[in-house]
Amino acid sequence: MPNLAKLAPDSYHLLQGNEAIARGALEAGVQYCAAYPGTPSSEILTNFAQAAKDAGLHAEWSSNEKVATEAALSAAYAGLRSISSMKNAGLNVAMDTLQHINLATLGDQNGAMLVVVADDPQSHASGDEEDTRWVAQMANAPLLEPSSFQEAYEMTKYLFDLSEEFGIFCWLRDYTRLAHARGRVQVGEYHKADRKAKYDRTKMFTPYIAPPKHAILVEKMAQIRERFEESSFNAYEGPENPELLIISCGSGVLCSRDAIEELGLEAKVGILKLGTLWPFPSRLVVSHIQKAKRVLIVEEVDPYVETHAKAAIADARLSEPPEILGKVSGHMSYVGENNPDKVIAALCEIFGIEYVARDPEYSTKVEEIAGKMVVNRGLIWCAGCPHRASFYSIGNAIKRDGRDAVVTSDIGCYTMDAFPDGTQLTNTLHCMGGGLGEACGFGQLQQFGFKQPVIGICGDSTFFHASITPLVNAIYNKANMVAIILDNSITAMTGFQPHPGTGRTATQDPAQIVSAEELCRTLGCRVEVVDAFDTKASTAMLMDLLKDEGGVKVLILRHACELQRMREERKHPYKVWVEEEKCRGDKCGFCYRVLQCPGVGYDAHSDKAMILEALCAECGLCADLCPSKAIVKEERA
Amino acid sequence: MAISADPLNLIICGVGGQGNILLSGMVGSAYIRKGGFATIGETFGAAQRGGAVFSSVRVSEKREYGPLMPEGKAHLIIGLEPLEALRMVQKYGNPETVCISNTYPVVPAGVSANRDKYPDIDELKEGIGNLTKQCWFLDATAIALELGAPIAMNIVMIGAVLGTEQLTLTPDDIKAQLQESLPPDRLELNYEALSRGMKAVA
Repeated sequence: MPNLAKLAPDSYHLLQGNEAIARGALEAGVQYCAAYPGTPSSEILTNFAQAAKDAGLHAEWSSNEKVATEAALSAAYAGLRSISSMKNAGLNVAMDTLQHINLATLGDQNGAMLVVVADDPQSHASGDEEDTRWVAQMANAPLLEPSSFQEAYEMTKYLFDLSEEFGIFCWLRDYTRLAHARGRVQVGEYHKADRKAKYDRTKMFTPYIAPPKHAILVEKMAQIRERFEESSFNAYEGPENPELLIISCGSGVLCSRDAIEELGLEAKVGILKLGTLWPFPSRLVVSHIQKAKRVLIVEEVDPYVETHAKAAIADARLSEPPEILGKVSGHMSYVGENNPDKVIAALCEIFGIEYVARDPEYSTKVEEIAGKMVVNRGLIWCAGCPHRASFYSIGNAIKRDGRDAVVTSDIGCYTMDAFPDGTQLTNTLHCMGGGLGEACGFGQLQQFGFKQPVIGICGDSTFFHASITPLVNAIYNKANMVAIILDNSITAMTGFQPHPGTGRTATQDPAQIVSAEELCRTLGCRVEVVDAFDTKASTAMLMDLLKDEGGVKVLILRHACELQRMREERKHPYKVWVEEEKCRGDKCGFCYRVLQCPGVGYDAHSDKAMILEALCAECGLCADLCPSKAIVKEERA
Repeated sequence: MAISADPLNLIICGVGGQGNILLSGMVGSAYIRKGGFATIGETFGAAQRGGAVFSSVRVSEKREYGPLMPEGKAHLIIGLEPLEALRMVQKYGNPETVCISNTYPVVPAGVSANRDKYPDIDELKEGIGNLTKQCWFLDATAIALELGAPIAMNIVMIGAVLGTEQLTLTPDDIKAQLQESLPPDRLELNYEALSRGMKAVA
């Protein structure tokens, strides 16, 4: 990852969309940056953290998105330029604050604030395909959606200026195929920002009393709408009077260009690229729509542009309104991300073209050969992952307890338990902190005849993010449950970010550890801490806690993430090998079939388990659990 | 002879943790340094560990292309894992596609659990061979293990790609990228990995 403060100006760089955004923010003079990690948004703050010392920034991993947003808001109140970045799901956590900000304004110190929300169409790393553009409209925040890497950089810079001019926060929609894609960006000059923070204590900023402030905000949005009607972020390319006008934004623009080129439709199809999505540039859209008989709208997830375009046409009372094709007409899908093939298929249907991507004989051959051999590759915990040990113990304890304990979980690497290749002990799974909130509910159903024990799961990072409030609720309202904190001492899933339990900040400075166990004890519950790799002790302790009817019990299963540990220690803890004469091979298969560790394989010729040298982390778990004691571990010096 | 298509559609595929992203970044940056456009679409995130990962790399002198290539349009598939190479041939291959793949299998969880069967490696190679214009195989993981650094497998693979001369990139282009992305004390090892990869397909 390059240090973005040090990129050579005026030259071309291969930048990730998230890097382009971060560089744009640096050039715009951002000084305060806060976020909670979430794929695909995380690299924005990671880049600020990396540049923090050179650029004189404050860059922090906040304990959740709402806190990050409130902290960034204060920096704007004090006259700085600030940024809060999050994934789609994180927006829902921050929303209570965001809904208020533009009514209250950013104060009178000429601060500015940008909120970047990274959506995840196709749910590559999310529980849903939430399209957050509607929410920008709800919060009365000007919304831009970049359609290229260069534009991500330029829009970021622009939005800081717009935010400062109107005294309201602005919104950049990021998305997976921008955030986690890379392309060519020409960057400009970067100068270290040196604004001083101050606040006029005679002033108060709050949305209360809302209606008059709402009226002012509506007026501001009308002014911004006029700007957006003329904005160069919206542009038309193609023939003067196209047979078909594509209106597109975001990832749809490059997909549309590629599809038009693939089908050779350059003389018939034009593209109106929209970058300013709220307030919606209705007049611009209507003026282009009038040039075409048919319009196809290409956008990701919801028919947001489609809905606004149809409203604009209705308002314009066109005598011969064109046919609008898109999601509602069935030409484009509501589901999943854009790709060139989806646009190609829509264009083929519209123009009655038959498109053959490759020789049909070849396609038949592919299905004959590859169709037989290619098998699915499901997600599974890494070799050495402590969650494999924890779920082994949890499963064991539930089985031996014998009362069908219910398991509610949340979001982290342990979520993979619920995937097809996981152990599938998880019963319900929604969002950060949801494991303890739902356990609290199940734990209060005894009066309705509920007799099953209840296990709520969170991680160390989700504990600080959104699990403390449900824990307090469960304690106070007398839920009977075991809260398990699967503590791998890092925010692993999103790329090893620190959290308040790790003792390090985003910029790798030391910080006072907030101890989860001390906090839980202070709240008044029984707290037990066990090494996750000690599966005997973990199982026994969980069984004991399940029997304990005394309200909320907390079990911390602690062991460092293997990937993080390896980064720090750079050597395996044990030497691990198979003693073949003891191995019962496929008659047993415990290590590869039950534990499903990627580091252990099966050699069909010898009918023995084998340690895969390139993949095994030599954690020793399989050696501890091998029923025949055929796998041996020896401590390394 | 190097592939002359514009846009040039490359796929780099493998399993999470194998170094796909570093590789696609080096290739993309090297082309941008030569004055062209490069766009890379990547699948990672929850898929970072153990899942199938692929980068779609699109290189052009003309304009910026989208990060995802249309299906059936790959010119070159670089497989860090052989099953993943075949998976990509299945979706993006065509009779003109060429492929360079590592032969070291990373067995999916469903195979370990006896739900699925990992194909016989010779059949897998033959299958890729039958579906491509030309293909090269090497056990890049074994080479990297010989060097004492399994993590350098991806660099062995890019060495092999250079060795086949399918790209217009030179060893110096990649060395310049290594210098930018690695600490100085790791350079010698990676130069060696590069050279061993080149030799493996010579």
